[in-house]
Amino acid sequence: MMVFKIALRNILRNRRRSAMTVAAIAVGAIAMLIFGAFTTFVILGVRTTTVEHSGHLVVLRTGYFAFGTGNPAAYGIGDYQGVMKTIADDPTIGPMINVITPSVSLFGIAGNFAVDSSRTFIGTGVVPSDRDTMRKWNEYHLGGGRRPAPHPDLLSDDDITKGAVGVGLARTLGLCGPLEVPGCQAMPAARTEASPSVQGVAPAADLADLAGRDKDVGAGEPGCAKARIDLLSATAGGAPNVVNFCVSGTDQQSAKELDDGYVAMHLALAQQLVYGRGEHKATGIVLQLHRTEDMAAARARLEAIFKDKGLDLEVHDFTELNPIYNQIIGFFGAIFSFIAVIMMVIVLFTVVNTMSMSVMERINEIGTTRALGVRRRGIRRQFLVEGSLLGAIGATLGVVLALIIATIVNRSGMTWTPPGQSGSVPLFLLLAGAPGLIVGAWVVLIVVSTIASLMPASRAARMPVVDALRHV
Amino acid sequence: MNDAARKPVDTEAVVRMDQVVKVYDDDGLTVKAIDGITLAIPRRRFTMIVGPSGSGKTTLLNLMGCIDSATSGTVEVCGEDVAKLSDNAVSDFRAKNVGFIFQNFSLVPVLTAYENIEYPLLLLNLPAAERKKRTMAMLEGVGLAEHWNHRPNQLSGGQRQRVAIARALVKEPEIVLADEPTANLDSHTGASIVELMQRQQHERNTTFIFSTHDPHLMSYAHETFAIKDGAVVDHTMGAAS
Repeated sequence: MMVFKIALRNILRNRRRSAMTVAAIAVGAIAMLIFGAFTTFVILGVRTTTVEHSGHLVVLRTGYFAFGTGNPAAYGIGDYQGVMKTIADDPTIGPMINVITPSVSLFGIAGNFAVDSSRTFIGTGVVPSDRDTMRKWNEYHLGGGRRPAPHPDLLSDDDITKGAVGVGLARTLGLCGPLEVPGCQAMPAARTEASPSVQGVAPAADLADLAGRDKDVGAGEPGCAKARIDLLSATAGGAPNVVNFCVSGTDQQSAKELDDGYVAMHLALAQQLVYGRGEHKATGIVLQLHRTEDMAAARARLEAIFKDKGLDLEVHDFTELNPIYNQIIGFFGAIFSFIAVIMMVIVLFTVVNTMSMSVMERINEIGTTRALGVRRRGIRRQFLVEGSLLGAIGATLGVVLALIIATIVNRSGMTWTPPGQSGSVPLFLLLAGAPGLIVGAWVVLIVVSTIASLMPASRAARMPVVDALRHV
Repeated sequence: MNDAARKPVDTEAVVRMDQVVKVYDDDGLTVKAIDGITLAIPRRRFTMIVGPSGSGKTTLLNLMGCIDSATSGTVEVCGEDVAKLSDNAVSDFRAKNVGFIFQNFSLVPVLTAYENIEYPLLLLNLPAAERKKRTMAMLEGVGLAEHWNHRPNQLSGGQRQRVAIARALVKEPEIVLADEPTANLDSHTGASIVELMQRQQHERNTTFIFSTHDPHLMSYAHETFAIKDGAVVDHTMGAAS
């Protein structure tokens, strides 16, 4: 108690010097916390976006991840409904699951043949209602409701011909006008005059034969509300297949190369395109969990289930399926570490300087207390406590100021465009909701201050008593 | 070494020195501060170490107080050969047995009079109630009960030295070493401090060992050692003439 009393009073005694030191530590804390909060916001934002789209885990046929994208028909999961039921009914993993849904990944050619425009597409077949539920996943409550609402419902469980395309694909196929996509460059008039595929006009003659094969799909439907394209692919047997696809809107993707070929469609339509009249399979079973922290346990349980039941399936998590996720995390983590190290070095040198001055000014006091019977380690402890107390005061002040700054920024309406997203979103500094970051920075700065005090404290402890007493 | 210094040591001696030499090596310059001193300081007395500046008085006191070590010879304090003690053991020994009163008071500036006096008791791990009792008694004893909450910079020189005396005595040590305790005080204050120490010595039967130039203080001596150039040149019962 006396040690703390002496330490605190010495800090207060040299007010100006202590204030400068505390300010330096506080600035270090603010820098670490604000950037840490920003990094947390980015990481959780990217994670949320990724999990919204991809789920936490994907069950694939063994080998699909390495080779299956080149031949999705050959790597389909046959009794995927049965597998999904097995997973959902499992007492361990079942309660962890928010959504379990099948998906089909495919590729082919998307054509708006009326304007003689086509290009390859990368498609995903999903259960729309499941995807809507997935898009509402917001484990981290980002933005307190200010996060952009989930994408409008572009797909429907009731209309399998309906779906969405990337803005780039819409532009390439001359659909920007009919779809009224803001900021999307429309095809020149000369190319769009004869756009028979758009809104009820017949396909171009040279592709009429192929497009005519899609009569099964969309038959009896009231017609496409905005625009229609044809999707061509190869079935599992290698035969060409084509379906009508009603484009109800665009869903911009983060990467241009993906956006230029993205198609989201109903699972049944994708199955029809890939498997034709054969057995309809799924290329993946997507699991979105309630909590990301359950991911490892869920994955382990899935692998155990597949092993027990002899299922030829493998599990991958969203970080494996989305390499950019880890790249973004690593990038921001590196910047945060760099800033944190700089701040720690500044704090280190500031506290070393302050504590060295304190030792120099109190040499006689050191001699006196040693003469009274204080051991060397008692002297060392005295200055270490003083250094750590300086760190605690500075770090606490920094935390309070950082919380104030974060509140101001969060209420300012500032926006930014995060990595992996196409539009700007409100900027949030996730500080109040990141107790780990606050406690971590607080502890680190106190530890750094204590370490910085070690050298002056040891010098004080090593001082010969008579020399210290003789010091004027 | 004169005969007085070489007389047989008192079995009641609280400090015994035998052929003690202390040499300082200051940047290659060797200085013999103590040159083969042998002496015995009796218990429960007012003993003065007197001599001119640079004669080795403070070095001798430092050796007795176990805050410095002899280059050669033996120093026994309270029957303990302090050279054989570890650094921690010497610190603990000082905490228990030795009280210091310094010329410049050497109070901890951020502590109040009460806290400065209580400080040595904390090193002895005494219970809070006992610490409070002893500290308040000492404050009363040195006439500073009303100033218990004052910090050193709020006290006069005489008051500071009273706090230093209280701090030295509160743990009831075997010996109290006072290095020029009146040097920084005016004569009136110095006289009152000397009377205070004499009264405390009488009441507590404590051994006081002084180094001093102050004739007034010297007049209170039960025994006086005069030293010059690091050697005892005279040993007198009572004050030196």
